[in-house]
Amino acid sequence: MKELLAIVMAAVLVNNYVLAQFLGICPFLGVSKKLDQAAGMSVAVIFVMVLATAVTYPIQNFVLNKLGLGYLQTIVFILVIAALVQLVEIVLKKYIPSLHAALGVYLPLITTNCAVLGVCISNVDNYMGVTAFAGSFVQALFNALGSGLGFLLAMVLFSGVRSRVDKCKCPECFKGMPITLISAAIVSVSFMGFAGLVENLLG
Amino acid sequence: MKNNKLKILTNGIIKENPILVLILGTCPFLAVTTQASNAIGMGAAVTFVLLCSNIMISLLRKVISDKVRIPCYIVVIASFVTLVQMIVKAYLPDLDKALGLYLPLIVVNCIILGRAEMFANKNNPLDSALDAIGMGVGYTLAMLAMASIREIFGAGTWFGMPVPVLADNNISIMTMAPGGFAIFGILIAIINKASNGKAIKKKDFSCEGCPSAAACNGQNCAEKKKEAAAK
Repeated sequence: MKELLAIVMAAVLVNNYVLAQFLGICPFLGVSKKLDQAAGMSVAVIFVMVLATAVTYPIQNFVLNKLGLGYLQTIVFILVIAALVQLVEIVLKKYIPSLHAALGVYLPLITTNCAVLGVCISNVDNYMGVTAFAGSFVQALFNALGSGLGFLLAMVLFSGVRSRVDKCKCPECFKGMPITLISAAIVSVSFMGFAGLVENLLG
Repeated sequence: MKNNKLKILTNGIIKENPILVLILGTCPFLAVTTQASNAIGMGAAVTFVLLCSNIMISLLRKVISDKVRIPCYIVVIASFVTLVQMIVKAYLPDLDKALGLYLPLIVVNCIILGRAEMFANKNNPLDSALDAIGMGVGYTLAMLAMASIREIFGAGTWFGMPVPVLADNNISIMTMAPGGFAIFGILIAIINKASNGKAIKKKDFSCEGCPSAAACNGQNCAEKKKEAAAK
């Protein structure tokens, strides 16, 4: 239990996917203008991240590794994620239309979101530096959940920052993207304060 | 005619630089630019994948049905990325370690899918190859510029060689995550200033230039247009 909590906290605060590892920057900059859109996108990302991990982890361990096809990882994962997103969209449209109305717009955009593919790959491979982590299936699921929650946290915090920044006066050449990136840098600095949190808190 | 070809080639380097003007493929741009040598490696990998996939997609543009084109493009791109992964793992293990997760993530790099969608499926293989080289060189140069700034000021070295004075007084935040965001912002601002705001056509993320636009059937854009009309 303690271990799972440590995984989630490390993924949300210390190794935040957006602010510390630069994954999923496009939606972070593109959809963070309004709070409701930011939250909708993030919930869809959490959903797809956990689902994609649940599907790709067994594929890697029980199909690709068993057959010695480990090198097909990239191509198989991206296709599985693309198909999964389509499937989820169809299922939601048919059975839970209210959820589809809320998340449906964001689902197709997630196929090409590098955070989703990133979490799937780092869950099965041990990549040094980027959430060095290759654990059991349950651990992988919790890592995916934590990464998704971290994305949500970053998006929600940043949409708040952005709504203030947009009202501020700044030099003409900094308007739009540059000032957004610089405010992202300041939010990212605040997340650096969490370094070492997990080791000290949960030892 | 010759002029036209040259235009396609230089388009990606200056006028439509994929990173600094179109703002595509930002994730690896921010992540691997802590060292100039990594930036060159990543730039070369992206250029190779872009060149191969652009030629391949351009050759197949009449074969691929319009409805399933995005999955087809993804398969083509993913195959070339796997190829690059194998080559880098076999011959450049240090680079493989440095790029880590970002090497397989070239698959979802918006530049490659974006060029396939915007250029390669409308033009002949030669033009597509020129476009890919231009875009790839533009990407690599932008990466190198950013990585040089971050490495020289952040670590006090350049391609691993120590820079006098700065080596003892490095600003280590430049090589960390916040430095990446801030310097990227400042670079775009400088380009904005130098071109009097003409360079950045796309101040916001809009559907043009978004490779997912085809996949989302313009649902997002329709919503945005409604909002704009309401205003």
